[in-house]
Amino acid sequence: MSEAAQKTSHMTDETVIKIANMNKWYGDFHVLKDINLDVKSGERIVICGPSGSGKSTMIRCINRLEEHQKGSIIVDGIELTNDLKHIDAIRREVGMCFQHFNLFPHLTILENCILAPIWVRKTPRKDAIETAMHFLERVKIPDQANKYPGQLSGGQQQRVAIARSLCMEPRIMLFDEPTSALDPEMISEVLDVMIDLADSGMTMLCVTHEMGFARKVADRVIFMDGGQVIEQNEPEEFFTNPQSERTKLFLSQILNH
Amino acid sequence: MSKAVVTDEKLPDLPPPSNTVGPVHWVKENLLSSPGNIALTIFAAWLIYMLVPGTLDWTIISAVWAGGADACRANPEAACWPFVWTKWEQFIYGFYPAESRWRVDFAMLLLVVGIAYLMIEKTPGKRYMGLFMLVIYPIIAWILLYGSVFGLEEVKTNKWGGFSLTLVIALTGIVFSLPIGVVLALGRRSNMPAIRSICVVFIEFWRGVPLISVLFMSSVMLPLFLPEGVSFNDLLRALIGVALFSAAYMAEVVRGGLQAIPKGQYEGADSLGLSYWQKMRLIILPQALKIVIPGIVNTFIGLFKDTTLVLIIGLLDLLGTVQAGIADPNWSIKSVPYTGYAFTALVFFICCYGMSLYSRKIEEKLHTGHKR
Repeated sequence: MSEAAQKTSHMTDETVIKIANMNKWYGDFHVLKDINLDVKSGERIVICGPSGSGKSTMIRCINRLEEHQKGSIIVDGIELTNDLKHIDAIRREVGMCFQHFNLFPHLTILENCILAPIWVRKTPRKDAIETAMHFLERVKIPDQANKYPGQLSGGQQQRVAIARSLCMEPRIMLFDEPTSALDPEMISEVLDVMIDLADSGMTMLCVTHEMGFARKVADRVIFMDGGQVIEQNEPEEFFTNPQSERTKLFLSQILNH
Repeated sequence: MSKAVVTDEKLPDLPPPSNTVGPVHWVKENLLSSPGNIALTIFAAWLIYMLVPGTLDWTIISAVWAGGADACRANPEAACWPFVWTKWEQFIYGFYPAESRWRVDFAMLLLVVGIAYLMIEKTPGKRYMGLFMLVIYPIIAWILLYGSVFGLEEVKTNKWGGFSLTLVIALTGIVFSLPIGVVLALGRRSNMPAIRSICVVFIEFWRGVPLISVLFMSSVMLPLFLPEGVSFNDLLRALIGVALFSAAYMAEVVRGGLQAIPKGQYEGADSLGLSYWQKMRLIILPQALKIVIPGIVNTFIGLFKDTTLVLIIGLLDLLGTVQAGIADPNWSIKSVPYTGYAFTALVFFICCYGMSLYSRKIEEKLHTGHKR
């Protein structure tokens, strides 16, 4: 309980993401079943669940990397439809970090960071560089700015990827298993950056198996299985007193070793 | 008592063992590593022995270097280089009027300077120079070669010929086939069925017919379909044919590159809010084209050599003028045809090998250390 008490919440009453009765199919396969999720501004959500449970697919629907077929997703007051203008508007407000970083290997770290501000936000180059250096300092790698992604370690690359998203100054950040592809000794440097970001009041949705991170920063933990949201709760309650059998089994599998 | 085993001392870096470096080791490793390898080495040595001395003797040592047709007639068993010296101008300019040949020279000089400027590293304003060479230079070259403006006498394209014609066709093909190919490749991967089908039909049509029939159709059949009095310039038809033909090949090369780009790159660009064209131009194409440089240059080289096919629609390129020279009764000597063709081969080889070398240099330059 003590840890939860220390946590400062930045949650407000404003709903920034509203997912209602969302369904998705891959061909005949029903991957997401009737998802309902409201995210408040400043809220930090950790989504966990076994592989194939649809957790990545769900957050990828929020910025239209995947298309949903039924129900509605409203991000920052804009409904996600086939309208490209809406999609672009939402993508400007929603940053994303991927499991495999997806940095652009032909561009330097700095170029990776200033590309979208310059082309999408039409920021003057000088200002974009200033912003990029600010965020690279925040993720503690300003000295690598002129290297190429291939010359950096995995942990450094993921931190660059976070900085690259932040350069667009998004309201919401999505993390799709940001530490799963990293060597063990690099996980903590990425988590530190994410904790720092959480402390600054960013709205975050993280798909991750880092339960320590969930305890430390999450306002809410969501457990998914078979394309459904099985259980959601505050982290302490979720870990100490899981309700469903499926959750108990999952937690015992990931915590007991 | 603890059972830990600890190494405190840092081991020094040692040079590799002497039997793994040096020329003797190289020979052992590369030429004589196994019975099969030894057999291949002996075979290669025999092949070199059979081919090289004879070739050197014919082309250089015994060859006729100076004099005229008579000198060659006296020694018909070796290359007759005076043939090339005498016909040199025809090989380069074709039937371009002698008093206007400075215009061809000037156009070629501009081309060489421009390309050299682009190839030399760290020259300022490369972007503008590139744009100049792609947009302004063709206009200048056309005005110089064709004339009829600024007091330059008009030289009809049927007078153009020789190596300068080869360059005109090859460079036009190269400059147009790459962008058209890129657009076709993107179209073939489009989500829109109409665009995709148009691109597939276009690509498969042009890939499915031989270039020679494309050229033949354009020069013989096309006039039959066009209304009386409407005529296209022969050279223009050949240029369009060659460019579209190579564009279809280029499209498939580029498509290969597009497919090699991981899905994550598309998603990374999408998640940042880049539009389709921004994503393609800034993220996907720079990487895809880099991967397929060998294929692109392969297509360029193929195109360069295919220009010789314009012979069948009556345009005399380098090979055409050489053949015309061989047919000259003053030079009906046994060694002349061989010399002519050897000369043509050498010119083509220099051009194609040059492209190949330069492409390898570019590949190295574009390598940003992400190949793993």
